[in-house]
Amino acid sequence: MDRRTVFHGRLLPAVLLLPQLTLTFFFFYWPAGNAVWSSLLSEDAFGQGWVFVGLDNFVDLFTDPLYLDSAIRTVFFCVAVSALAMGIALGLAVFADRSIRGRAVYRTLLIWPYAIAPAMSAVLFLFVLNPRVGLLGRWLNRHGIDWDYTLNGGQALLMVVSASAWKQVSYNFIFFLAGLQSIPRAVIEAARMDGAKGWRRFRTITFPLIAPTTFFLLVVNVVYAAFDTFGTIYALTQGGPGKDTETLVLKVFRDGVINQDIGSSSAQSVVLMAGVIAITAVQFRFMGRRTVS
Amino acid sequence: MKDRPDILAHAILILGVVLFALPVWLVFAGSTQDSDAIIRGELSLIPDLTNLSVYPRVLLHSTMGSEPVWHMLMISLGMALAVAFGKITISILSAYAVVFFRFPFRQVAFWLIFVTLMLPVEVRIIPTYAVMASFGLINTFTGLWVPLIASATATLLFRQVFTAIPDELVEAARMDGAGPLRFLWDVVLPVSGANIAALFVILFVYGWNQYLWPLLVATDRGLDTIVIGIVKMIGQETQTDWSAVMATTVLALLPPVLVVVLMQRWFVAGLTEGEK
Repeated sequence: MDRRTVFHGRLLPAVLLLPQLTLTFFFFYWPAGNAVWSSLLSEDAFGQGWVFVGLDNFVDLFTDPLYLDSAIRTVFFCVAVSALAMGIALGLAVFADRSIRGRAVYRTLLIWPYAIAPAMSAVLFLFVLNPRVGLLGRWLNRHGIDWDYTLNGGQALLMVVSASAWKQVSYNFIFFLAGLQSIPRAVIEAARMDGAKGWRRFRTITFPLIAPTTFFLLVVNVVYAAFDTFGTIYALTQGGPGKDTETLVLKVFRDGVINQDIGSSSAQSVVLMAGVIAITAVQFRFMGRRTVS
Repeated sequence: MKDRPDILAHAILILGVVLFALPVWLVFAGSTQDSDAIIRGELSLIPDLTNLSVYPRVLLHSTMGSEPVWHMLMISLGMALAVAFGKITISILSAYAVVFFRFPFRQVAFWLIFVTLMLPVEVRIIPTYAVMASFGLINTFTGLWVPLIASATATLLFRQVFTAIPDELVEAARMDGAGPLRFLWDVVLPVSGANIAALFVILFVYGWNQYLWPLLVATDRGLDTIVIGIVKMIGQETQTDWSAVMATTVLALLPPVLVVVLMQRWFVAGLTEGEK
């Protein structure tokens, strides 16, 4: 992927690269290195200074039931959000791909939610489903359903999963639609002439052909659910009730910023970093060089 | 070609549209209603269009202990524009250097930048905070956006675009005696116009919608973005002026939605470019 014709010179490219490399050093490598170093330290017994403790923080982490709870909860959360957001998006994309009137209008009306902030998604869901103020929330309680996500852990999880998935459908819709539109019409026609009905055609022809898109979106959705949903969860439940909606990223925030346990939160950050690098590596291995926005 | 309309498709799509429009409509409708009525649970889906005074009120006056909304909107706008322009600029420069020149450590430089891909700020918040503190950038406007432009996604995109520029264009420029900077300005930038537009949308939305980082780096109320402001407002369960919060919510959604809708074509094209 290299050009044949280039410009000569060494100083100019160095100058051009300087801004990004400087920022990358200060806001990526230095903090990352710092996190790794801090994860190997712990405050000494008198709270006076720092002691090198090797991998102790990590051992403590992996034997801490609260951490393991949070990890399992995060996995569940990521799977649920991804499945919901991708499933709904795919369903909508399939129908938006058909030749119907007003197609362009439907698309615009399904794309605009991309602009909604994760934290705003929480605010919107609050106005719909809050047991005291929300339209649907009050309706549910009036009709005999005990609905209060500020008290019920399961309902809280349902809320944050829904709010997170809701916000992500738009992004997935854009990609699924593009993927569907890139399938040559000839292939679909051939399948149709062979007598394959709608669902069968989808299962055996369409779905396999959009597999690259699906895989790409899966990775993006998992990373989104793991990290970008901080705003959504924090605004809706702050990780509560108790710890029922505390995913790993919230735990890093709570332990590091609120409880000031730098050693532990650094170790958690390092684990998360390793996870993201692993996922990115898998993605690039399977997909070649593809930009992720 | 079907002659009768595809009822199923319309039904599904309308359901989808409503699923996303309804909460926003509800919030708009609620903003025109009385806060006390809302607390009592009398929130209706029908807006009271005679009662739009809540909008000038929240825009100009401090509500519920937060800054006036126009101030928070300005902060958000500044942040979103800074992130968008900042990141686009440094990414174009870096991608240009890596693609159009040969120099030692070229690959190293590229990999150094490439590795930052997809490492969200949420994972490095505390040490990044420490770095900002050592620069004296805590509680400053600059501190809000600078760490957000460090990642490599845009650089990668531009690298792809620049690599695809035909050699003939470069040779023609060289024969005209144009230097690399001239070429960048006269040829490369215009050719990348659609990509720049798409990235602008993505980065503007990204910058506008930030929550965790601004929350951390700024304690001064005067630096609250609109998203931070709204979450603070709903955090106070008692004495909440709900119609004011709802009006603020509508105002907070407007700019990013406008950007996405007005630039939709470029945005979708740029986003899905690698998808074939």
